[in-house]
Amino acid sequence: MHIIVCLKQVPDARQVRLDPETHTLIRQGVESIINPYDLYALEAGLRIRDERGGKVTVLTMGPPQAEDSLREAISYGADEAALLSDRAFAGADTWATSFTLARGVEKLAPFDLILCGKQAVDGDTAQVGPGLAERLGLPYATWVRKIEAVEEDRIRVQRLMDDGYDRLEITLPALLTVVKEINEPRVPSLKGKMRAKTQKIPLYGAADLGADAGQVGLSGSYTQVMRVFAPVRRREREMLQGPVEKQVHDLWVNLKNRQLIPFDVAGSR
Amino acid sequence: MSATLLIDTDLCSGCESCVSVCPFSALSMADGKPLVNDQCTLCGACAEICPEGAIRVPEAAPAAGPDPAYRGVMIFAEQRLGRVAEVAFELLHKGRELADTLGVTLTAALLGRELDGPARELLRYGADRVYTVDDPRLEGFTDEAYGEALTQIIRSVKPEILLAGATPIGRSFIPKTATQVGTGLTADCTELEIDAEKRLLLQTRPAFGGNIMATITCPQRRPQMATVRPKVLKKGAPSDSPAGEIVPFNLDWSGISGKTRLLEIVEELSEKVRLAEADVIVAGGRGLQEAKHFSLIRELAELLGGAVGASRGAVDSGWIPYAHQVGQTGKTVAPKLYVAIGVSGAVQHLVGMQSAETIVAINSDPQAPIFDVATYGIVGDLFEVVPEMIRQLKAAGG
Amino acid sequence: MDYFLTEEQQMIKEIAHKIAEERIKPVRAELDEKEEFPTELLKVIAQSDLFGVAIPQEYGGFGGGCLENCLAVEELSRACLGVSTSFAASGLGAYPILLFGSEEQKQTYLPDIASGRRLAAFGLTESTAGSDAGGILTTAQIRGDEYILNGTKQWITNGGEAEIYTVIAITDRAKGARGASAFIVEKGDPGFGFGKKESKMGIRASATRELVFNQCRIPKSRLIAREGMGFIVAMKTFDQSRPGVGAQGVGVAQGALEEAIQYGRTRVQFGKPIITFQAVQHMLADMATQTEAARALVYAAARFVDSGAKDVSKISAMAKVFATDVAMKVTTDAVQVLGGTGYMRDYPVEKMMRDAKILQIYEGTNQIQRNVIGQELNKEGGRKK
Repeated sequence: MHIIVCLKQVPDARQVRLDPETHTLIRQGVESIINPYDLYALEAGLRIRDERGGKVTVLTMGPPQAEDSLREAISYGADEAALLSDRAFAGADTWATSFTLARGVEKLAPFDLILCGKQAVDGDTAQVGPGLAERLGLPYATWVRKIEAVEEDRIRVQRLMDDGYDRLEITLPALLTVVKEINEPRVPSLKGKMRAKTQKIPLYGAADLGADAGQVGLSGSYTQVMRVFAPVRRREREMLQGPVEKQVHDLWVNLKNRQLIPFDVAGSR
Repeated sequence: MSATLLIDTDLCSGCESCVSVCPFSALSMADGKPLVNDQCTLCGACAEICPEGAIRVPEAAPAAGPDPAYRGVMIFAEQRLGRVAEVAFELLHKGRELADTLGVTLTAALLGRELDGPARELLRYGADRVYTVDDPRLEGFTDEAYGEALTQIIRSVKPEILLAGATPIGRSFIPKTATQVGTGLTADCTELEIDAEKRLLLQTRPAFGGNIMATITCPQRRPQMATVRPKVLKKGAPSDSPAGEIVPFNLDWSGISGKTRLLEIVEELSEKVRLAEADVIVAGGRGLQEAKHFSLIRELAELLGGAVGASRGAVDSGWIPYAHQVGQTGKTVAPKLYVAIGVSGAVQHLVGMQSAETIVAINSDPQAPIFDVATYGIVGDLFEVVPEMIRQLKAAGG
Repeated sequence: MDYFLTEEQQMIKEIAHKIAEERIKPVRAELDEKEEFPTELLKVIAQSDLFGVAIPQEYGGFGGGCLENCLAVEELSRACLGVSTSFAASGLGAYPILLFGSEEQKQTYLPDIASGRRLAAFGLTESTAGSDAGGILTTAQIRGDEYILNGTKQWITNGGEAEIYTVIAITDRAKGARGASAFIVEKGDPGFGFGKKESKMGIRASATRELVFNQCRIPKSRLIAREGMGFIVAMKTFDQSRPGVGAQGVGVAQGALEEAIQYGRTRVQFGKPIITFQAVQHMLADMATQTEAARALVYAAARFVDSGAKDVSKISAMAKVFATDVAMKVTTDAVQVLGGTGYMRDYPVEKMMRDAKILQIYEGTNQIQRNVIGQELNKEGGRKK
């Protein structure tokens, strides 16, 4: 089986902070990591490969340094990798990104399965996976929390919904986006790390993909970012004072007055 | 796929180079000429290799401006098991406002089975017209059928704005429809405004885990599509005498291959659901220090008749299952009362709970950002404060 | 501090660090509380190839040496000594085969140990023979193509969990120390059983059991080196492994130091974080200095061992005794910095303190280490005359 796992290199969202003065993002010293959800996709791919044989190819679109994320994926056990990188790709929205990835996938064809994380933690759109599937004319399932069975020409999965889950059977080749419930990713191995150092990773630019400048990156995007700003948080706030019993008591009285609790704690002091 | 490969059989010399180059085995030869099957993805490998220039990939030429034929606001009204999702009513309320500003009609698209009741409900909540596709094949959700159905409705009705709930269903198939229709899509919006002059939808959404907000537009393509986060828009009051109409839509099923088969819908009324619907949520964060201290949170939640929430930190530490997570990567909640205990208030948490009516924050660090959104704040050791809260509630007969 | 590690050595540290942070820390308290053997964690470690760090590449390992082993052990120990002991004990069990095994023995056992498919253990101690290895009662008698083993080994780390055991038994009591030999015994060999799991003060995630040999029959080919080589095998094994015990000490000291610093920065008394008080600062300064000194000595010793030098007993013992005494001191001081909080089981430092104690006891008590060092000093003094 040939499994393609799409990765995105993202700034570690846990480290991103807002400057309280300027309300701008402090990106300094923020590490780049593989989008955490993509690691679950990678693990799902590796497990299918370990069980059924075949290979896992990791694919990413990004700046040249996104190659690091591909090498990291190799250290986890991916067999091959491909990088889509070109100045022309910059500023892509999900429309242009899925277009570019689709062209990249075609370079890696034939394949049986494409796996993506449910969304990237920087953009949080969850649109590239389904968009890519549609570009390639593939059936797909999102929010996959379990792969029940993989056969030569079909796959059975569970899709996580708000009120439970759906069981689906999908004809291969297909695309899945996975949620973190699906597995616990392995750790990189020493041998994988050694291989990651030396493995050749092909690089494809816009011309290699046969893409016009108007189809990729910012100029190939249908949505435009008009404004970026810090979220405003405003609220009348009351910091309660005094000893703990008094603070707690005042809290309950206030909540009672707002009809948020049914109890009368007035006498409990 | 809606578009197909264009093959000029007069130019074709029958050299078969397209067949061998096709990465999807989509081409075969019949009577010396290539035949394309549904594996074709329009990748263009064949067009590139063809020495005669006999193969062309249809390319949607970028329009100079938005197509003026598109008018009106449409919402996708999600229903599951016969129940219209709350977010549909929220969208109708917002959609009404947008449609009135633009001076156009507000329509809704509804897919499923036995849709009379749900369709009438949509009319009561402000839709001028409800397009329904009543078909057993739409009873359960598949991206393929839903995506194709909505695409066909959009192509026929031509709305300039399409809104859907940013639910597991909406966020799953709307990207497919947007790709099919060939327009931009903005995910998980929390605010919508209209630039009436340019007829431009201003779609605001959080990014970077909620650290920044971005306003996004789609100037060239129509419809302007967005998924909208549930519980951030207000729901309107229903009308007793709705004037709108219900219009059954005839779906052409020929393009729907059935490669995705829904085997079973398994309902699991989980903590996640309780969380979304709870009026009171008591949430714990890293300040609890370990799993067993969540018993304090549970006890307080029980006394207040509420659900238990958690920050990502607490979930990541393995103290409590993901179903309890509130925030950007968890659940967005809007209870009447939200009690945050030992939660520092990382932005990614705040975006998930700041629309709660009343927020109580208890934290030992007076600088904790959670206090910025709190209605009432208590600075102190939660291991002293929470037991005292429980004691006083119990003493009051809680 | 920069120890000028190679890229490969950095990789080992990174992987072990990742496992420690992401996998071990979240479960260490529970493993300790339940005295549960870390089977799942050892699988993770196996998948990461760390079991093979010090095993040559031709046997499926990474081809590193003592230093590589120390780096892995240190990082794992930072999170949990119980887990790192289970890991390191497998390496200890492998050393006799690695150092003295026949080509066939190496081919048979090392690839499985390197991949983590099978866990190893080393068995020397008996109720009558701990520090005094001459008190060994377990015997091995040759009968035809087999050795028959009788006797009981005590307090064997990984006992019952491991599948490959290297044990020392007496083949010729008349020859005294030269009458001991080393053997490979496999779980499942006829007449080989285990005692009950011991209840311990610390390193409670690790498993400690008796090995019971009752007319245990093993093929003759399981003899390591020659008859009579047993003590040499054991001593050379310890020369290799003792820096690793030192690395455990460095790791647990580092872990405790980090907890103490973190707590000191957040705990407020008299309106200020306690780390701003000189009394606390000086304690932390000493803890950090001692830990760094221990690390420097352990790495130096490991590099010396890896250089192929012959007389490594003294420096190896020094690394073990110094780093493990530091571990006991630093973990005890960490509990002190955390005060009442540190004494509570809700925080990891009391466990670190309980765990650290074993380091001064196993693989030769620190008193025995000092004997080794002292004897070497005496020898060296004699040579200088």
